[in-house]
Amino acid sequence: MESVFGRYRNLSILVAVLFLQVLGLAMQVKRKVGSEPTRLIRVWTVSAVTPFEKAIVWVENGTSGLWHNYFYLRGVRQENRQLKAEIERLRVEQVRLSEDAGQARRLQVLLGFKEQFISHTLPAQVIGSSGSEQSRSLYIDKGWRDGVRPDMAVITADGVVGKVLQVFGQKPLEPSTSQVLLINDQNSGVGAILEKSRLQGILRGSAAGEVVLEKVMADEQVQPGERVLTSGGDQIFPKGLPVGTVVTSTSGSDLFLNIKVKPAANLSKLEEVLVITKLEDKAPAVVTNGSIRAVDILAQRLPSVPDKPAEKPGAATTPANAGTPGTPQPETAKTNDAQAHTAPPANRPAAAKPAPTETAKPAGTVLVRPASDQKLVVPGPAPGAGNKPTVPATANPKPQPGSPPPVSPTQPDPSQPQPEDKPQ
Amino acid sequence: MPITYTSQEQVEVYRFNLPTAIFVPLLALFLQAFLPLRFSFFTNFDLPLLVVIFFAVARRSPVSGLLTGATIGLLQDSLTHHPIGVYGIAKTFVGYGASSLGVKIDVENAGTRFLVTLFFYVIHEIAYFAVARWMLSLSLQWSWGHELGSGLANAVLAVGLFALLDRFKQRT
Repeated sequence: MESVFGRYRNLSILVAVLFLQVLGLAMQVKRKVGSEPTRLIRVWTVSAVTPFEKAIVWVENGTSGLWHNYFYLRGVRQENRQLKAEIERLRVEQVRLSEDAGQARRLQVLLGFKEQFISHTLPAQVIGSSGSEQSRSLYIDKGWRDGVRPDMAVITADGVVGKVLQVFGQKPLEPSTSQVLLINDQNSGVGAILEKSRLQGILRGSAAGEVVLEKVMADEQVQPGERVLTSGGDQIFPKGLPVGTVVTSTSGSDLFLNIKVKPAANLSKLEEVLVITKLEDKAPAVVTNGSIRAVDILAQRLPSVPDKPAEKPGAATTPANAGTPGTPQPETAKTNDAQAHTAPPANRPAAAKPAPTETAKPAGTVLVRPASDQKLVVPGPAPGAGNKPTVPATANPKPQPGSPPPVSPTQPDPSQPQPEDKPQ
Repeated sequence: MPITYTSQEQVEVYRFNLPTAIFVPLLALFLQAFLPLRFSFFTNFDLPLLVVIFFAVARRSPVSGLLTGATIGLLQDSLTHHPIGVYGIAKTFVGYGASSLGVKIDVENAGTRFLVTLFFYVIHEIAYFAVARWMLSLSLQWSWGHELGSGLANAVLAVGLFALLDRFKQRT
């Protein structure tokens, strides 16, 4: 026996080592997910590798910061101007969108909906990867001590990246780092919904690293270019985050479509990510006095009309009113002014109601008819004293010292862009 | 220059000092984990495999080769999210085979190193795919074109890398 072992010593050791590894592999596969018998070896490797990765990323960021802060300032002014213009444009767009969002929230309140809000995110730096084509995961520089926990969603500004798989740093000597499973790994799964057709499916990675939307029935029509969003059904990613766009949609071998999706986030060039550390599950609240309409923002920039001297009560009219005598009046100006700070956007359509209030108008009240009904009611507090887009509310308007006079809504500035606001 | 050794020729066996034996594999693991973040094509390379082949053919000891392969493979496994042992088994095969081959042929010239690396890269991939598919039920796609292309790239890299690592070799 001894001679046989001596003769085949190398081969025997090879078989023994292979047997041990196969046994260990089988035990890991057999065990439930979550129990980690191999955690120690993972911690050792991560502890050996990640400090160097963190150091290199730190040096890289420092060098990059030095370059950008001191040497790369040419063209910053031009870029700043462009960014300011972009911010202005986005502000106007945001106001328009917030109106839509407000309407949606009110409807959700009516229907008793609850939705998830991202309340806390943690920025993290990508410091390493698995280095394997078969394991599409990466490491970030935030771990247990930073509040990261398994199954937290990881995103960028562009879209969904993946979810936290393993978190290190529970023990004092462990490096605080986490492993993130990317959405293009074949072990990942994200509940997804198509933006226009509202078809739901499961987003998975393929062996080749592509992202595929599964479980969409073959008789459905899915157009390339359609956006894919998270559905929220997986209880990891909040609903509505961009995932990607449909590249191709073909009939699969079974009952389902074969839909390939291009991820919104560039998964091969990730540097910084956001970990969603807290989600709040609450009913949406309706904001009653915080919204400002696009027209209000534009009105802030309109040229001012000089103050008029005080007029007799009951005789003051606005230029708009003067030009359109006898037109149906929607509301009293007094009511209008009173509502300016209290009326929620939902009440705005009532402002467009004609005649009924005309008969009930009190004596001495000035009725106004702006050229555009959109500017009749301000749903929130006036942005500035001199930029009030509505006409003077009372019959005896007193000019405020130090404040510019009110602006007629009939004087649009041709140089300013006109937003496409919905008729009230 | 003869490629195979005869029984009369003395086979040169090298050894490495402890820091080299520890830090070179760790450096390979580190680079393998870090470089794909900056250069995505780097996932086609397998630096830990090249290190296993280099140490195995230089030491020319099958036991040492398979243990080196198993250790580096298990460490590489621990950076992935898969169960530990897939790379370990594949690199154990490679370490054993490369050291056994190193006893029989001259692996000091660039041409032989190129061919040896290409051969063992394919062996490594076959072993990896077999274990991953049959034990872990991973649906991996085998593509000869991709594997041969990656094998050629690794072989080219190995020629340069082995020349660099030759500086750390010590004669026994």
